[in-house]
Amino acid sequence: MIPSKFEYFAPASLAEAVSLLSKYQEEAKPLAGGQSLISLLKLRLASLKYLVDLAGIAELNYIREEGAGPSGTISIGALTTYAQIKESKLLQSKCPLLPQTASVVGDVQVRNRGTLGGSLAHADPAGDMPAAILALKAELKAVGPQGERWIQADDFFLGMMETALSPDEILSEIRVPVLPDHKMIYRKAARRPSDFAMVGIALCLKARDDQTCEEISIGVTGVTDKPYRAEETEKRLRGKKLEPKIIEEAASAITEGVDVMENMHASQDFRSHLARVYVSRAIAAAGIRS
Amino acid sequence: MKVPVEITVNGTRHRSEVEPRLLLVHYLRDVLDLTGTHVGCETGLCGACTILLDGEAVKSCMMLAVQANVRAVETVEGLSVEGELDAVQRGFWEEHGLQCGFCTPGMLLSAHDLLRRSPQPTEEEIQRAIHGNLCRCTGYQTIVKAIQNAGDKMRAGKPSAASSSPSTRGRR
Repeated sequence: MIPSKFEYFAPASLAEAVSLLSKYQEEAKPLAGGQSLISLLKLRLASLKYLVDLAGIAELNYIREEGAGPSGTISIGALTTYAQIKESKLLQSKCPLLPQTASVVGDVQVRNRGTLGGSLAHADPAGDMPAAILALKAELKAVGPQGERWIQADDFFLGMMETALSPDEILSEIRVPVLPDHKMIYRKAARRPSDFAMVGIALCLKARDDQTCEEISIGVTGVTDKPYRAEETEKRLRGKKLEPKIIEEAASAITEGVDVMENMHASQDFRSHLARVYVSRAIAAAGIRS
Repeated sequence: MKVPVEITVNGTRHRSEVEPRLLLVHYLRDVLDLTGTHVGCETGLCGACTILLDGEAVKSCMMLAVQANVRAVETVEGLSVEGELDAVQRGFWEEHGLQCGFCTPGMLLSAHDLLRRSPQPTEEEIQRAIHGNLCRCTGYQTIVKAIQNAGDKMRAGKPSAASSSPSTRGRR
C-alpha cells in the first residue's frame, strides 16, 4: 500500500501549477485533498511521474457571494473542503444543497481534507457533489495555459472518471446561482453512512403554492458511469401539478436512456428501483404532498 | 528525489528529508518513532491512523508526509500533559471506551475534533462524528459514553468557556 515513485511539486500559484501541468501533460496530475487520488496511488490503480500539489495555492480556497438579488451567485474556490462547505453560513442560507450534500460525503476525516474541486475533477461515478453541481446548473472555471474558460455542469462529466478538463487544465472555481425560491434536497442510498452512493438524487425545485412545478432540475449519481441530469423526469414534472400519480410516472423515467450499472452493492433492477424511490422521496422532502 | 519537510508534531518542529511517496502515517511511525498512530486498513476506511492536522481530524494513511509540510500534527502521544491523561483519555478510561485498544488513538483524536466544534454533543452527533473510526470490540456504546464524559470534563474544567455560559446554552 505504498505508491510508486513520483516527483513532487508544490507550486505557490495557479499559474505555476498550470505551467507544470502543461509541461508534463498526462504524466502529471494535480493533487487537491487527496482523498481519492492518494487512495488510487496507494492501490496502484493510478501511477504518475509528477504530482502537482495544489494545497499551497491560497487563491483557491474561498466562498463568496458575487452580486446581490435574484441574479446573484456564489463562487467557491476549488480547494474549499467539504467541511468548510458544510459549515458555511452563506451557503447554508443561500445554497443549502451544497452543505446538505457535503455533510453526507464520507466521514469527518474525509470531509476535513477532501475538496469540492477534487471531487468534481475526479468525477467518481458515485460521488455526491457532482449530483448537486448538476442540479444547481453550476458553472466551472478551468484555468489552462491558454487562459480560463467556463464549462457548464451539464457539459463537464463525460464518463467514468472523465471530465471536460484537459490534462493541463485546473478546475479553479465553481459558481452556483442563488435560487431563493427553490427547495433543495439531496437524498442518498448507501449501505453505510460513510459509503459512496448506490443512488444519490440532488433536487432543485421551484413550485407554486398550488403545487405546480415551475422549475425543476435533478442531478443523479451512483447509477451509471457518470453523474447525469434526469431530463426526462424533469420534463414530465415541469409545468405540472405535483400529484402522486404524476410524480410516480415521472420517477419511472429517472433511468431512461441510461445504462444502469450493476455491482456487488446493487443489481441493475435494485438500483433502478432505488433511483425511482429516492427521487420520489426527494420531491416529498421538498415539501410536496403526495 | 527526496524533499525537505518541516512538520511540527506535538509541538516539536522536525526537519527531515522524505520521499514524496512516504505516507504521513509512516513518517510518524518510522521516521519519528511515534507508533501510537496505528495502521489499520491502509485504505482509508478504519480511521485507526487518525491524527489532528492543524486541529482537524484526518487520516494519516490518506496523506503524504509532504502534504503536512509546515503544518502542525497532533498524535495520541501529544495528548497527555506531564504524564496525566487528558480529559478525553480519562473519559475513555472511566467509561471503558476501549477493549483491545487498537482503534483508541484514532477515536481519541476524532473525539477531540468533535468536542472542539461541539463541546456538548448529543449522542447522535457523537455517533456521526465517529463514522470514520471502526471499533471491532466495544460495540461503540461505551465510546459514545466516553466522549460524553470527556465533554463534561472539558466543560467543567473551563467554567467560563463560551460553550457553558448561560447565554449560549439557551441557543443550543
